[in-house]
Amino acid sequence: MDAVDRAIVNRLQGGFPVCERPYAEAATKLGLTEDQLLRRLDVLLENGTLTRFGPMYHAERLGGALTLAAMKVPARDFERVTEIVNRFPEVAHNYAREHVFNMWFVLATEAPERIDEVIGEIEKATGYRVYNMPKLEEFYVGLRFEA
Amino acid sequence: MTAATAIREQRASAAPLLDALDRRIIVATQEGLPRVSRPYHAIAGQLGVSAGEVMERLQRMLEAGVIRRIGAVPNHYALGYQANGMSVWDVPEERIRELGQRIGALDFVSHSYHRPRCLPEWPYNLFAMVHGRDRTEVEAKVAQIAALLGEADRGHTVLYSTRILKKTGLRIA
Repeated sequence: MDAVDRAIVNRLQGGFPVCERPYAEAATKLGLTEDQLLRRLDVLLENGTLTRFGPMYHAERLGGALTLAAMKVPARDFERVTEIVNRFPEVAHNYAREHVFNMWFVLATEAPERIDEVIGEIEKATGYRVYNMPKLEEFYVGLRFEA
Repeated sequence: MTAATAIREQRASAAPLLDALDRRIIVATQEGLPRVSRPYHAIAGQLGVSAGEVMERLQRMLEAGVIRRIGAVPNHYALGYQANGMSVWDVPEERIRELGQRIGALDFVSHSYHRPRCLPEWPYNLFAMVHGRDRTEVEAKVAQIAALLGEADRGHTVLYSTRILKKTGLRIA
């Protein structure tokens, strides 16, 4: 990754224009040609430096419901519970974390009332309590990762 | 604000008038924009509508906050940010907005949320994702947050992820 790649990663994390030739407009600001920017983006996406290039959608505003849930699962039972939890299509991400609360997952449902239902179903199937921690407020500024 | 009110408000503000074409545009762009000279024209061609219509709707979704931003989404692991700690804080409820905004504005915090406590086991009501190149760097940043909070920090901890058990994007069909 050279200085040009770094400039692209650092300066194009937002504000990509909505116009007829947006790459040309963004390229000009970076001192590049449209073709150069397109080729660089292709490489950055192919080598995994970027995961996507495009609009970032705000999940809740698409109409569904979202929550963060946590469980305290004994180590000996962790694999069984993981398998049960992951089987739910409503479970979008699931992370093991170092803590008594050692399983953390995001539930995403189209209908808001489905959140409580899924939580009940997971509790019944696993035998453990699910702690529901929905977002009450978001203090979002937006991370700019420095390359 | 109670959890119930927040959820009701969230429901009320959900899906601000997204119609079928908006949804088709979302589906067509959620993997990314085509890397061609006129990407919005390419999407329009694919959907059988005019480029003007696609651009107008994207602009509207940006203004409504349905689209947070348009641009590059870096893979933070590839950029060397290997350590990601979920820092959680017990702060006075009446100061949470002021404190959350200050923490959310720190350049190493990607997300900062107010979430309900689950007492007695879970006393933390403010969550801040802290990214660093290693745990030492994350811990130094967590110390900065603690200093910023001062007496409002009534207890905190950091939860590191040890394993991704499942990861699917949030997708609409």
